[in-house]
Amino acid sequence: MAILEVEHIQKSFDRTEVLKDINFSLEQGQVLAIIGPSGGGKTTLLRCLNFLETPDQGVIRVNGSVLFDADDPATRSESQIRRKRLHFGLVFQSFNLFPQYTALENVRLAPELLAKERPDYHANKAAIHEEIEANARGLLAQIGLADRMNSYPHQLSGGQCQRVAIARALALHPDILCFDEPTSALDPELTGEVLRVIRALADKRTTMIIVTHEMAFARDVASQVLFIDGGRICEQGAPQEVFQNPREERTRQFLSRFAQE
Amino acid sequence: MELILEQLPVVVGALNTGFLQTLRLFFITLLGAFPLGLVIAFGSMSRIRLLSLSARFLIWIIRGTPLMIQLLIIYYFPGLVLHSPIWGGGESGRFLAASISFVLNYACYFSEIYRGGIQSVPVGQQEAGLVLGMTRHQIFFRVTLLQMVKRIVPPISNEVITLVKDTSLARIIALQEVIWAGQAFMKGSHGISGAIWPLFFTAVYYLIFNGILTVLLARLEKKLDYFRI
Ligand SMILES: Nc1ncnc2c1ncn2[C@@H]1O[C@H](COP(=O)(O)OP(=O)(O)OP(=O)(O)O)[C@@H](O)[C@H]1O
Ligand SMILES: [Mg+2]
Repeated sequence: MAILEVEHIQKSFDRTEVLKDINFSLEQGQVLAIIGPSGGGKTTLLRCLNFLETPDQGVIRVNGSVLFDADDPATRSESQIRRKRLHFGLVFQSFNLFPQYTALENVRLAPELLAKERPDYHANKAAIHEEIEANARGLLAQIGLADRMNSYPHQLSGGQCQRVAIARALALHPDILCFDEPTSALDPELTGEVLRVIRALADKRTTMIIVTHEMAFARDVASQVLFIDGGRICEQGAPQEVFQNPREERTRQFLSRFAQE
Repeated sequence: MELILEQLPVVVGALNTGFLQTLRLFFITLLGAFPLGLVIAFGSMSRIRLLSLSARFLIWIIRGTPLMIQLLIIYYFPGLVLHSPIWGGGESGRFLAASISFVLNYACYFSEIYRGGIQSVPVGQQEAGLVLGMTRHQIFFRVTLLQMVKRIVPPISNEVITLVKDTSLARIIALQEVIWAGQAFMKGSHGISGAIWPLFFTAVYYLIFNGILTVLLARLEKKLDYFRI
């Protein structure tokens, strides 16, 4: 069974239709790369999955259960959305780390706040915090920042900030981790360290959706590629097919522009 | 010079009493204007049009007219025009009227500073919190608030320093603050008359108090220096 099923997602801002009938599904442990020209709707799609935007139509299912159905008002209630968001993680292009917290505190904050909602929180407070702390330290070590845990975001490079942001998202154990152009805000020499972290996650079979302009990386890491243009999925398939033998003219044009660069 | 030294203890005693009233007005204004400013700020940002328009209208009126005129109107209007002197007579009535004028005036200035502070926090901070499953309440108190405070401390500090000096405007309704106390020695008070130096001497009080405030506010700013936004 697919971990994620997206059916007939449609989204308009005012009168412009930004997403038109988006359908795809994703298996556990797969990596989906989303490519396409600027303004195509890639960010909007990720924002819909993370409930930062509400689709006008469509259904989103995770592990077979309906998370969102535009026709069912019960799935749209604000109070439920917060919990549903936790199925997804989102890493932003601009990191959005909390500047007043250290790297470690950034990773720890959300799990600590969520733990307070556990029924056994008061009974096991110390143990719960210890576990969260250990998990956060482990994640920071895993992304290679064991020695920068107590640094504030302004003391870290862009690449280090983005790695902390990845650890922060992982700390909540999302089913599906989404990335919106995770290296676009970085100096070219810093993209490598972030891509290496994402690649390591792929090797550990983390289910991910990655919007990216790094074509070589997408081809390498993805199990499936979506090419989105003008709010539609123009082409989808295995990376070899989409990159080597694109069926659509538009995909070909888009890819040839990248080949020239 | 000898005369001044002779008069000094009496003058300082009277000025101290006056300055106590100055301090009272200063602290009451801050105590009232800090929270009221936040209410007006949220009002001016409200999606309810009537609310935001009323808040902005109030801010326009208060910031567009001199505080001195606001003081005069608030103090004299009920008694002279409406024939219902709600403030009561004497020093306590004047103090009440002055406090209300100052709180209202400073709340409007603070509200604009708050609004700038709130709007200057990037939406990405809020979105990052939402995606991490935080409630709006948690996001405000654990993420946004401190960034906002860091931004507003310098402009609020300016207003606070200005407020110290603005309290002297309450002299216009004869509130017995430090300027009033200094001026009294010209007409005659405590057996001294025709002395103008006590009035000049009040400047020392403002200087010392503002000096202390400047140090304290700089310390607060420094405390928030550990992160950048
Ligand atoms: N909040 C919004 N209000 C109105 N229009 C919006 C909004 N957000 C996005 N759009 C529009 O929707 C379209 C798709 O935007 P989106 O950011 O999803 O594209 P994208 O594929 O992520 O582009 P890029 O590669 O530049 O990041 C654009 O035309 C954009 O102007
Ligand atoms: Mg985008």
